[in-house]
Amino acid sequence: MEFDVVEQQGKLLMLLYGLVAFVVVVGGMLVLLDVVPAWFARRREARLVAASASGAPPPGRYPQREGIFALFFLLPAVLMLLIGLVVPAIRTTLLSFMDGDSQNFVGLRNYGWMFSEDSIVRVLTNTLTWVILVPLVATTIGLLYAVMVDRVRFEALAKSLIFMPMAISFVGASIIWRFVYAYRGAEQEQIGLLNQMVVALGGEPRQWLQDPPLNTLLLIVIMVWIQAGFAMVVLSAAIKAIPADIVEAARLDGVTPWQMFWQITLPSIKPAMIVVVVTISIATLKVFDIVRTTTNGNYDTSVVANEMYNQAFRYGENGQGSALAVVLFVLVIPIVIYQIRNLRQQREG
Amino acid sequence: MTTTTPPLATGAARGGTPTTTAGRVRKRLTSRTATVASIVIAVVWTIPTFGLFVSSFRPEEQLKTTGWWTFFRDPQFTLENYQQVLFGRGASSGQLAGYFINSLVITLPSVLFPLAFAAMAAYALAWINFRGRDWLYIGIFALQIVPLQMALVPLLSFFSRGVSLGGVTLMPPWDLAGEERFIQVWFAHTCFALPLAVFLLHNFVSQLPKDLMEAARVDGATHPKIFRSIVLPLITPALAAFGIFQFLWVWNDLLVALIFAGGGSEVAPLTVRLAEMAGTRGNEWQRLTAGAFVSIVVPLIVFLSLQRYFVRGLLAGSVKG
Repeated sequence: MEFDVVEQQGKLLMLLYGLVAFVVVVGGMLVLLDVVPAWFARRREARLVAASASGAPPPGRYPQREGIFALFFLLPAVLMLLIGLVVPAIRTTLLSFMDGDSQNFVGLRNYGWMFSEDSIVRVLTNTLTWVILVPLVATTIGLLYAVMVDRVRFEALAKSLIFMPMAISFVGASIIWRFVYAYRGAEQEQIGLLNQMVVALGGEPRQWLQDPPLNTLLLIVIMVWIQAGFAMVVLSAAIKAIPADIVEAARLDGVTPWQMFWQITLPSIKPAMIVVVVTISIATLKVFDIVRTTTNGNYDTSVVANEMYNQAFRYGENGQGSALAVVLFVLVIPIVIYQIRNLRQQREG
Repeated sequence: MTTTTPPLATGAARGGTPTTTAGRVRKRLTSRTATVASIVIAVVWTIPTFGLFVSSFRPEEQLKTTGWWTFFRDPQFTLENYQQVLFGRGASSGQLAGYFINSLVITLPSVLFPLAFAAMAAYALAWINFRGRDWLYIGIFALQIVPLQMALVPLLSFFSRGVSLGGVTLMPPWDLAGEERFIQVWFAHTCFALPLAVFLLHNFVSQLPKDLMEAARVDGATHPKIFRSIVLPLITPALAAFGIFQFLWVWNDLLVALIFAGGGSEVAPLTVRLAEMAGTRGNEWQRLTAGAFVSIVVPLIVFLSLQRYFVRGLLAGSVKG
C-alpha cells in the first residue's frame, strides 16, 4: 500500500482553485448584476423625486437596460462558444486547405489525398459501415425490447440491465469486449467467451480482432451494445405515451398483436424513432474511443475520427487532419437536415 | 364510445383480460414468454460486464489460464489485482489511484461551469427582450452539430501559442504546465458542453409560466433577482438531469482528455490511462479487469442512484426537442 498523499496535493489544490474560481465568477456576476441595477434604481428614484419636485415630466423608462442585462447573462456562454467552437471551426476549415505545418496554401490537395490513398478510402468505407449498421441494429433491438418488456414483470430491473452500458465509458466497454474476444492458442484453454463458445461447438479459436472485415463488425457490436439501451429507454417512454384509448379501441376491433405493432405502435412512435436514429447516427460518426482502445485503428478498422486524431496529433499533419474533421462535419449535415425537416412536418401536421 | 360497446368488450377493455378460458391461457402464456425472453436478453446483455467483474477478483495465474466461468467450479478470490492496479509502484502497475483523483478534479468544474453559464444564457434567451435574440438562439442551437473534432487543432494552438493577428499578439500563450493543464481541460469541456446545455435548459426555462414572470416584474424584481429566486429553484430537476449527463460524459471522455491533458500522471484521467494500458499491456488481464472496474464504478453509482433524473433528461433532450 504505497499511496503518496503529498503527491496528490497539487491536484487537489487545483480543484480548490477551480471551485473557488467558479464561486467567484458565477457568484460575482450575480452580485454585480444585483448591485448595479439597485444603484441605477436609486438614482432613478432620486431623479424622479427631483423631477416631481420641480414639476418637470418624469423621465421615461430605459429600454436599453434590458439589453445590458442580456449582455451580462449571455457573456460567459457566448464568449466561450466563440473561443472554443466558432473560431476554431472556421480555422479548421481554413487549415484543411493548407499543408501539414499550416504554412502554405495547397488548395484541395488534402481532400484529393483522402480519396487517392487506399488506407483512407478504407477508413471512409469503415465509417460508412458503422453509420449504417449501428443505428439500424441498435434501434431495432431497442424497439423490439421496448415492445417486449412493456408491462412485463421485473420491467424496471430488465430495463436497467440493458441500459447500464450507457453509464460505462467507451474505454471500459472496449476492455469488457476485448476480454470477450480474447484469444489463446488452440492447445490452451480459452479465456475469452467467444472463442470458448466456438471451441465448445467444435471450431478453431480465432484472433477475432485481427482479421478484416469481421473485426469491424465485432467493434460495431460494442457500439450496439452501448446504444441499444438508449434506444430502448426513449422508445419505451414513447410507447407508454401512446394514448390508452387508441390501444383499447384497436383491441376492441380485434387486431392481432402483429397488426397492433405495425399499425398502432410504430406510427405513434415515429417521431421518437427518428430522434433515436439521428442521435445514434451522430454519435456513431464521431466514434473514436472504441477503435482506439481495441485495435488502435490497425488491421483495417480505423474510422474517420480516429484517423483525424492520428493525422493531426500523432503525425503532425494538421492539413490532412483538418480535412478529415471537415468531412466529419459535412457528413453530419444531411442527418441534421433530415431531422429538422421531420420536426417541421410534425409541427405542421 | 363506451356507451355503445357491448358488456363483453367492456370487460376485455377494463384490464385487457380476455374472457374466454383459451384466451386467458394464451394471454398468460404470451406474457410469460415475454417475461422469460426479456429476462434472458437482459442477462445476456450483462454477461460481458459480469465476466469482467468476476475476473477482476481472480488471481493472476488463474485468470490468464482459465476462463472466468470456471470460477464457479473453483472459486478463488483475491483483492490483489485492485491493490496492484490502484497503488502498485511498478511501471507495469496502473497507479490508478492518482488517475482517479485526476478524473475527479477534471470532472467537477467541467460540470459546474457549463451548468451555470448555460442556465444564465438560457434565462436571457427565454425571458429578456433584446434585439437579435432569436438569431442568437438559433446560432447556439446550430452549434450542436459541429463535431468537436472541428475545434481540436485550433483550440490546442490557442492554449499553447496564443492568438496573434498579422504579427500583433492579441492573446499571449497560456503556457500551462503540469497541474495547471487542468484549466485547459475544464475550458475545453465547458465550451463543448454549452450548445447542448443551453438548448436543454432553454427548453425548460422557456416553459415556465409567463404570468409568474410578469407578476415578479410588476413587483419590481430585477432580472438577476428573478433568475436567482424564481427560475433557479424551478429548474432544479433540469439542472440535475443535465448535471448527471455532463458528469457521465466528462468522466467517460477519452478524446478531449487525450488532447488537452496529455498522457502524464499529473493531469490525465482514468480513461486515458486505461486506454494506454490496453494498448501497451493488452494481455495483463489482471490489471485491465480491475482497472476497468475502478473507472466504471463511479459513473455506475451515479447512474444507478440517479437513473430517474438521467432518463428524464434524456427524454427532454431527445423527444421534446
